[in-house]
Amino acid sequence: MTTGIPAPATGAGPRRLAWQRRRRSAVRFWAEYRTHRAGLVGLAALTLFALVALTAPLTVGSDVAGATDAPGQPMESPSGEFPLGTDRFGRDLLGLLVWGSRVSLLVGLLAAVLSVAIGALVGVTAGHFKGWYATVLMRVTDWFLVMPTLVLAIALATVLSRSLGTVILAIGVTSWPTTARLVRAQTLAVESRPYIERAKALGGGHGHIMSRHVLPNVMPLVLAQATLMVSSAILAEATLAFLGLGDPTVVSWGGLLQEAREAGAVSSGDWWYLVPPGIAIAAVALAFTLCGRAVESVLNPRLGVDR
Amino acid sequence: MSSAGKIAAEALAEPAVRVRTPRARTTTAYVRYGAGKVGGAVVSLLAVLVTGFFLFRLIPGDPVKTMTGGRPVSAEQLAAYRREFGLDLPLWQQFTDYCGKALTGDLGTSYQFHAPVVDKIGEALPNTLLLTGTAFVLYTALGILLGTRAAWRHGRLGDRLNTGLALTLYSVPSFWLGLLLIIVFSVGIGPIPGLFPTGGMESGGEEGFAYVLDVAHHLILPVVTLVSVEYGQTLLVTRSALLDEMGSDYLTTARAKGLRDDLVRRRHAVPNALLPTVTLVFVNLGRTVAGVILVETVFSWPGLGGLFYQALSVPDLPLVQGLFLFFAAAVIIMNTLADLAYPLLDPRVGR
Repeated sequence: MTTGIPAPATGAGPRRLAWQRRRRSAVRFWAEYRTHRAGLVGLAALTLFALVALTAPLTVGSDVAGATDAPGQPMESPSGEFPLGTDRFGRDLLGLLVWGSRVSLLVGLLAAVLSVAIGALVGVTAGHFKGWYATVLMRVTDWFLVMPTLVLAIALATVLSRSLGTVILAIGVTSWPTTARLVRAQTLAVESRPYIERAKALGGGHGHIMSRHVLPNVMPLVLAQATLMVSSAILAEATLAFLGLGDPTVVSWGGLLQEAREAGAVSSGDWWYLVPPGIAIAAVALAFTLCGRAVESVLNPRLGVDR
Repeated sequence: MSSAGKIAAEALAEPAVRVRTPRARTTTAYVRYGAGKVGGAVVSLLAVLVTGFFLFRLIPGDPVKTMTGGRPVSAEQLAAYRREFGLDLPLWQQFTDYCGKALTGDLGTSYQFHAPVVDKIGEALPNTLLLTGTAFVLYTALGILLGTRAAWRHGRLGDRLNTGLALTLYSVPSFWLGLLLIIVFSVGIGPIPGLFPTGGMESGGEEGFAYVLDVAHHLILPVVTLVSVEYGQTLLVTRSALLDEMGSDYLTTARAKGLRDDLVRRRHAVPNALLPTVTLVFVNLGRTVAGVILVETVFSWPGLGGLFYQALSVPDLPLVQGLFLFFAAAVIIMNTLADLAYPLLDPRVGR
């Protein structure tokens, strides 16, 4: 992606040239991305969710999660005062939904970053170093790939203490193998290009080649993968919270659903308690998926526009 | 070049040398391929065994404290627990004991049910197989059918709708969908009366054909939930596998021969697109296990997933560990069986 046209270098240092080239490819990327309507919808939805989550301390504040002196009666249906009704403690569900977006998005993003970082590290090193190291690493990757991810994450979350860190760790260390395989394939393709041989001939070591030549070339792929990974991480967070393995002290969308089920919202038919958190989860996950697919098809034109 | 062609060429080049028949040759190749896959699976299973041990012995700090769940226990009781679970032995001895027991089918005793873990798994397994099997067949068939339709007419309205719906359902948490279905179709909302049972597998007191109908009645909502969240993935995989084949010359040839569009798709394009699809369907079984755990929990289905949830909420470590081993082993074995079946589906594999 960094194969820009060499600009006429009149007194510009190599660093400045590199920045110019990066800016140009970013502009080209955006022009290309704009043609994907689904990607734009996803991006707009994400911006909206990010705004809601970031402004939550101003709009609802952390008081909304306090069970003592809640503003309403327990389990009120939606009304003018509480647009989405109240929960079993009489807390405002709309406020909880807004407040919960912070945890769901944070855990989703961090878990995705952790997972993609592990995947990129494994993928780049397995592609760069050949021999037994790569063989062992890829066997481990394949093993993780077929393992039921959720079962492994549940096992981890069960034996560790209940906290957000545990949830992030449990999701991150179980979901990296897809990224590792993709990155390794890309690394192998990059390493067969002549400029890697040139770098080696000029005395570039393993670290230099991996960080300066391979990594920038696999970075676009890693970004696309990270975007897609966020949506599955958010779903995984909701699942763990629903199973009672999340941090019980914070409000998250999955946690709201678990509370709704425990409060008997299902058997009493209180659909307004259950519907909003689920829609929020699905909307964020879908938005990240749409963005990820758009980024993927921009970066990999072989996939075609209508994939 | 096809294998038969290669052999014919060799036979022409060295007519004096007796070449092995094509069948014998593919059989040896298949045996070698199969042995490699089975060997890999054995290594993977051993890795699961080791992970199961270290995950549940080393991380919790003191497993006995975790088992007692924070209840006040005297030092003597703690020591008794340690002896009972063999935790006073050195680690390597614990490990060999555990491996020996696990390999002979002894996964310990659940201290929630006071019954051997293996028995609990054996009780719940048929129910899970019924639910998962039905859902697996349905979502694979539906995904492949809709996926080929979408790819064949890609870019049209039907394709957009299908892909959009699949992506949306793929983003929906399965447990939430299950809860909504219960509210709408079991509890009843507005004009819709409760049509289906809210959970469980049978109402009890039925026999013979009535029993079968009763179980089927209980089966509908869980299966619908599982199918709706899982078919999207199969659809997307089938669609992109078929799109890869779309521009191929052999399809043009088939059309040039005058075959109907339908036949070109069914006899020529789909069989070639099916292999990557089947591979991914099996790799994604892990995701299905996750779906089963959640759906069984939501619908109180008396299967392995529901058992897993019960074990988690205590937490009943021997049962969690046993189910962890079981789920992982099941997925690995299913994948190996699929690997062994590929060369029979597609002769290019395993040569």
